[in-house]
This record gives sequence, C-alpha cells and structure tokens, in this order.
Amino acid sequence: MKIVWQIVFGAALLFVWFPYAWALDLSFQGFLQGNYTADTAASNPDGGDFKWAEERAQLQLDVAKDYVQLHLKTDAFYDHVDTDADVELREGYLDYVAPSWDVRAGRQIITWGVGDLVFINDVFPKDYEAFFSGRPLEYLKKGVDGVKAGLYPDFASFEIVVIPFFEPNNFPDPARFHLFDPIPGIDRKEEEPATSLDNVEVAVRAYRNLAGFDASLYSYRGFFRQPSALPDDSSAPTRLTLLYPELSVYGASLQRNALDGLVSLEAGYYDSREDRDGADPMLPNSQTRFLAGYQRQLWEDCTLGLQYYVEYMNDYSEYERNVPPGFPREKEWRDLVTVRLTQLLRHQTLALSWFSFWSQADNDYLLNPEVKYNLTDHLWAAVGGMIFGGEEESTQFAQLDENDNVYLQMRYSF
Amino acid sequence: MRILFACCLMAVSTLFFSPNSYGLEAREIIRNSQAAFLYPGDDFKARVLMKLVGKGGQERIRELTLLRKNYGETGGDQKYFMYFFQPLDVKDMTFMVYKYPGKDDDRWLFIPALNMVRRIAAQDKRSSFVGSDFTYEDVSGRDPEEDTHAIAREEKLGDRDCYVIKSTPKEGGMEYEYKLSWIDKVTFLPVKEEYYDRQSELYKVFTAEEMAEVKGFPTVTKRSMKNLQSGHRTEVTYLKTDYNLGVGNSLFTERFLKQPPKKWID
Repeated sequence: MKIVWQIVFGAALLFVWFPYAWALDLSFQGFLQGNYTADTAASNPDGGDFKWAEERAQLQLDVAKDYVQLHLKTDAFYDHVDTDADVELREGYLDYVAPSWDVRAGRQIITWGVGDLVFINDVFPKDYEAFFSGRPLEYLKKGVDGVKAGLYPDFASFEIVVIPFFEPNNFPDPARFHLFDPIPGIDRKEEEPATSLDNVEVAVRAYRNLAGFDASLYSYRGFFRQPSALPDDSSAPTRLTLLYPELSVYGASLQRNALDGLVSLEAGYYDSREDRDGADPMLPNSQTRFLAGYQRQLWEDCTLGLQYYVEYMNDYSEYERNVPPGFPREKEWRDLVTVRLTQLLRHQTLALSWFSFWSQADNDYLLNPEVKYNLTDHLWAAVGGMIFGGEEESTQFAQLDENDNVYLQMRYSF
Repeated sequence: MRILFACCLMAVSTLFFSPNSYGLEAREIIRNSQAAFLYPGDDFKARVLMKLVGKGGQERIRELTLLRKNYGETGGDQKYFMYFFQPLDVKDMTFMVYKYPGKDDDRWLFIPALNMVRRIAAQDKRSSFVGSDFTYEDVSGRDPEEDTHAIAREEKLGDRDCYVIKSTPKEGGMEYEYKLSWIDKVTFLPVKEEYYDRQSELYKVFTAEEMAEVKGFPTVTKRSMKNLQSGHRTEVTYLKTDYNLGVGNSLFTERFLKQPPKKWID
C-alpha cells in the first residue's frame, strides 16, 4: 500500500509539472548497484547466509523552472534474501527559493550535527539495519515526509522542520540478525504515534559564524525513534506493546580549525517527557549527551578523525530503584570512542578506510574496515567488513557479536 | 654640502640595499604574478575541465564550475565555491574554501546523498586537488612569504620575454627543493614552472598552454601539470571564463552550498 502511495505521489508531482515541460530545465541521473553481504560468524537466525543481497537501480529526476524545483529520487530493487522486488521513493520534494527564504515540501533527507556516525542533534530517522548490513552509507539516512523552511536574515540562518508523519528508525530484522531480547517469545505489537495535530514534530536549527566557529543551536519536539517495550503485566508478561515515547531535545554544536586540525563540539539534553522523574523503568530516562571530535590530515591524502562521546542518564537512582529484577541494567554513564582513518591512493581513486566504535563503559565494539576503488569514472566497487563484539549480551554492539559480515558494493553511475 | 650628503646617502643606500634589492625585485615579480594569475577582477567564474591522464594513457575526467571572490587587497583573503559535474558519483557535490594567506583554509564539503555539510581538516595545502597533479596551492596560490625568491635570469620562452625566478621554500621537508618560474614580463602570467626535487632533478612541470584576454584580463585558459617521475599528467581547460559578475557574499554560505543557484553553476 505504501508503495502505491509513493508511486501515486511521484506521478502526481510529475504530471502537475508536465504541462510546463517545454520550458523546464530537466536533468536525469542515476545508478545501477549490486550489494551482497555474507555472514562470516554464523548463519542468520532464519538459516540464511546473507544479510543483504540485492540489485538496485536508482533514478533521479530534477526539474527546475524559475524559483521552483522538483527533485525525485526513486529506487527499484530486487532483494534475493526475501526474494522480493520493490520500489522505494528515497526523496521527492518541491523547492521554492526566494531571496531571503526558501521552503522544501515532501520527502527529504535532513542531517544535522557535527558528529561522524554519532548523533545528538540529528533527530531524523535512521536505518541502522542498512549500516550494519554493509550497505552504502547514504542508506543510513531515511527521508522524512514534511516541510522545511529556511530563513536567512543577516544575523543568523534558521531551518524549521515540520513533520506531520512519524517515521521510526529501522533496526535490524530479527530474521537476519541475532539480537538480544530480554523477553523472548512474546507477542509484540507496534504502536506508532497517530497522525494528529498534537503529534506534529517540530525541529528548529539556528546557525551562524561566531568568532570563527560554525555555531548551531537546535531544538526538537517529537518522539524517540527507538521504541520502548511495555509489557501488559510486568511480573508475567503475555504481550508487549512497542511505543515511541515523547521526546524533546535541546542542543548546540561548535566547529572550527584549531590545534592544527578541526575541532568539533556538540551537546544535547534529551528530555524524556513521559518519564521526567525517571521512575518508569520501561521508558527511557532523560539524558545529557556530549561529543568532542578532532580531525586532522596526517600526511597527504590521509585523514584521522577521533571522537569521544558520552551520555549521562539523569535520575539514575530512580531508574535503579524501579528496574525489574532479571532485566539488564543500563549504565549511568555510557561512552563511545570512534576512530576514522582514511588513506587515499592512486590519485584519490583508491580509498583504504577504517572506522571503529569502542565503548569503554559497555566494553563492546564495532570495526569497519573498507577498500573502495573507482575502476573508472562510472564504476566503483567497495569491499569491507562489519565486525561486532563485546562482553555482555545486552549492549549495543556486543549483542550483534554473531552478525559479523563481509560486504561487496558495486555501483555504475550514469 | 647638499650634493655631498646626497652622494653619501646614495652610497650608503647602495651598500645596504643593493644586495637586497635584487631579491626584493624577485618577490615583487612573484607578487605581481600572483595578482595577475589568481586575483584579477573582483570575482571570477569558469567551467573547469580536468583531464587526469595516467602513464598508460587511461583518462579520468573532473568537471566543475569554479567561482572565486576576492576580499580585501590583492594577495589577501579569497573565497572559492566549486560545483562538481563529473565524475558522476560526485555530481551535485559542492565544495567551499575560505582562503587566508598565512593561515589554514576553512573548507566545507556538501554531500547531496546525505544532505550533509561536512567541514574538512585542511592543514596540507600541498595535497592533491581532486586527485589531479595540481595541489590546492596550485589552484588558490602559495603565500609568497613562504619562499625566498631570486631572479635566476631573464630569457625568451617562445615569443615571450620572461623573468626566470627561483623560489626556495623557507621551510624544509617539502616535496620540492626549489621551483623555477618563467613569468611573462608583459602580462606577469606564469608561462612555465619547473619543480626540482631534493636531488635537484626536474620532476614536475607546469605549462600555460593557452592564454586569452577576458574582459581585459590576460587569462591562462589551458594549462597542464606533468609529473615526470610517475608519468601522470593533468590537463586543465577553462571554459566560459568570466570576471566581475557581481557574485554576492551570500553565495559562500551553507545555504547555497546545499542549494547552489543555477545561474552561478551553469
């Protein structure tokens, strides 16, 4: 049903504009892609040996006339794991650009914050399954169906995003990924926030240059995109409801050249509006999150990026007092260290890269080495691995321990 | 008495300034050359076609629109805006540089597939520009204060009278020991540059292959950089070159990095 809606939406946008076609500025581009990811540690829970195996074609259409622009990006793919073909509207929006403001309406990808794969003020939906399955990085981001307005007075710039339709994060599929489940074998039902005026999400970003810093302020009112599981009966649950609790986020980021490199700072306060006192162990407590990053060129075509991220759970004593026995206990402080090392070779056509997450608090990790080669100006191929591990079975990366994989991505652009 | 004093002054000034004046003149020529090569007009626009040619003849194409705006005096700050057409996997990508002489650039890259602006660490101005044989410095200029300059000789190159300037980096550890530049006495454009490695062997050659006058500004419209050691070369053609278009300050902002206006990138 969703696909039908997407096609109708795309076609409607196209045909509304078609009468003008003779005076339009039209451009097409796209790619053909193969993406195959094989298990290296264990077969999938459903017995399969591939996390991902698909061929995909993307078509992008841009139509412009004066101050208006239409942008459509649609993927069609054949998935060998589920033996299923589908069409997906990745982006589809109309832009109107005035001298001191602009507006973008439709499905769009929005990325905020200064983190490298660490998100504090980027409150927009993500596809973690895509990332863990070794798909190209752009598939980590999901579009939102909403309206974004830009205002550009002299003293600062503003982005205001209004999202009437809730879109959750996409997490790994339990048929393909071994995941930790504290209450296995119990029916669960997902309840997304209803589409109503009360549930409209609003995100605002204000930014400007401040003493050489790229400075941004952020605020968001909406929902957690990761569901909380609410049992019908906490002592002997028979059914779980997956809910998306209310969330507000307030944050800031700074970035500038310093210390012979590039320094990034970001912070955010996560206000868990349905559990402000932290007493409900099934809902997330409020959190304070910090990120410090440093990037520098070590030598020609070699860049090192380091990040330290820490999140602090507010009202931890309340949480501790109420968490049911037998449940894995979250920590008051959780940290992450990331390392990204990229070396470009052969006139920047060959890229060797390393990315890793490591948490000292959780004692778990994700390692992602990759080699990418642009065989021609049209064709590139990348081979890489996702290696997960850790001590406890419940933490973010340790629970993915049995999902190690190697992936191949090939793309022909036209 | 007066005449005597003047003579003394002349003698003294010759004594003090004459060994220096030759060097000062060389630096002046380099400054003039930078002004003619990298600073003409208030702003500048060109469609840049780069052909990267490997030893075996295999070619890669980089095509972009380059916009530049000057801030302050000649030799001062500049802002650059680039929009990529080719290769296709980076189509619609934009890149912005705030250049400050004597200080690290500020650089931003916009990645359309993620709708993301990334700031990029930029310490090494000697690193390759988009994988070509040109460095960032070759594109946006090297601070003349970083080298000592001397006039090696004056000679004709083709039909052009040139100064030949030897520029030696003050700081060691560079990939070249010194550079010889043939600078046209009339236009002050560099006609040829030779880079010598630490064994004083010629290893890289810049050639200005075509020059044209655009809105009264002599402009190098075709150039190449050949690496004699690797056999790799890059040929660059400037198409649709223009000056003083009235490029506004607002172009060099995140807003237009994400949504480059058609009129500036075409």
